[in-house]
Amino acid sequence: MSAARLTEGDRTHARRAGRALLAGALGLACVTAAHAEGRIGIPAGAPPAFVQECAACHLAYPPGMLPAPSWQRIMSGLDKHFGTDASLDTATTQQLVAWLRAHAGTYKRVREEPPQDRITRTAWFERKHRQIQSATWNLASVKSAANCAACHTGATRGDFNEHNIQFPAGMTPAMRRYWQD
Amino acid sequence: MTLTHPAPRRDRPAWIVPLMLAAAGLVPALAAQAADTTPARQLERFSAQAGAPGQAQRGRIFFTSRQGGEWSCASCHGNPPTQAGKHASTGKAIDPMAPAANAAAFTSTAKVDKWFRRNCNDVVKRECSALEKADVLAYLLSLKL
Repeated sequence: MSAARLTEGDRTHARRAGRALLAGALGLACVTAAHAEGRIGIPAGAPPAFVQECAACHLAYPPGMLPAPSWQRIMSGLDKHFGTDASLDTATTQQLVAWLRAHAGTYKRVREEPPQDRITRTAWFERKHRQIQSATWNLASVKSAANCAACHTGATRGDFNEHNIQFPAGMTPAMRRYWQD
Repeated sequence: MTLTHPAPRRDRPAWIVPLMLAAAGLVPALAAQAADTTPARQLERFSAQAGAPGQAQRGRIFFTSRQGGEWSCASCHGNPPTQAGKHASTGKAIDPMAPAANAAAFTSTAKVDKWFRRNCNDVVKRECSALEKADVLAYLLSLKL
């Protein structure tokens, strides 16, 4: 049926259906984002110091990505934090320790404490990134597996959805071949 | 319909308001560090503590040289630090340290103390002396765009 033969009633129906479809799609997107947020994003009500202090040097990693004992160890060793002094004043440290404890990961795949308390050494992280070649990790635009935002464009919002991934700058066609999507 | 009194729009999606509120919420978070000092006052402060004025030339050598550790100040802050730097291990962009290029640099006493404490530990493996801090300030203040 061509558009020219549509009656006015048909057009109204089509418009209504289109709007309903759009509303449904938007609703679905919100629900999906909320689910992801609840699981791995940065929970609402995070103390300003969380983003201010953590994101001064790296992405503010979602607290749900490590279990409470790992966060506890990280926070009590900030003066030797993966090779740098990241020490904070006592009041800020205590505030962040309490908040991290309350929002640490408890669901199955995060319960296990990874070696050196590194998110990048968790079994789930390694599984999810097993197709990434070392040449990709070593790109100047990536530098380290800790640099989530090199590929995860929504990482600062806590969005690690695989649909929002970009190739990091400098990837060759040969490297892209190994990229599983 | 005029610019001052737009007609109510019924087709505005419901999610736009929370989105705008969320965006507005980011502003105070970014402005939380109080500006309570200036780079020149920090230079005065460290020079007074050292009992001698900071020297830009000494500061440049200190800033750009390794002191036994793996990094120099310039490893992360660039050379010259009139441009944005890059964290040597995480790759995160760091605003320029030279006040000429970054109006926010050295405007919070707490931040100045926090970062000298941490970064001297990383680079020099000890606390920096007041004279070393004065020299670095003198060097950074001497840089022009």
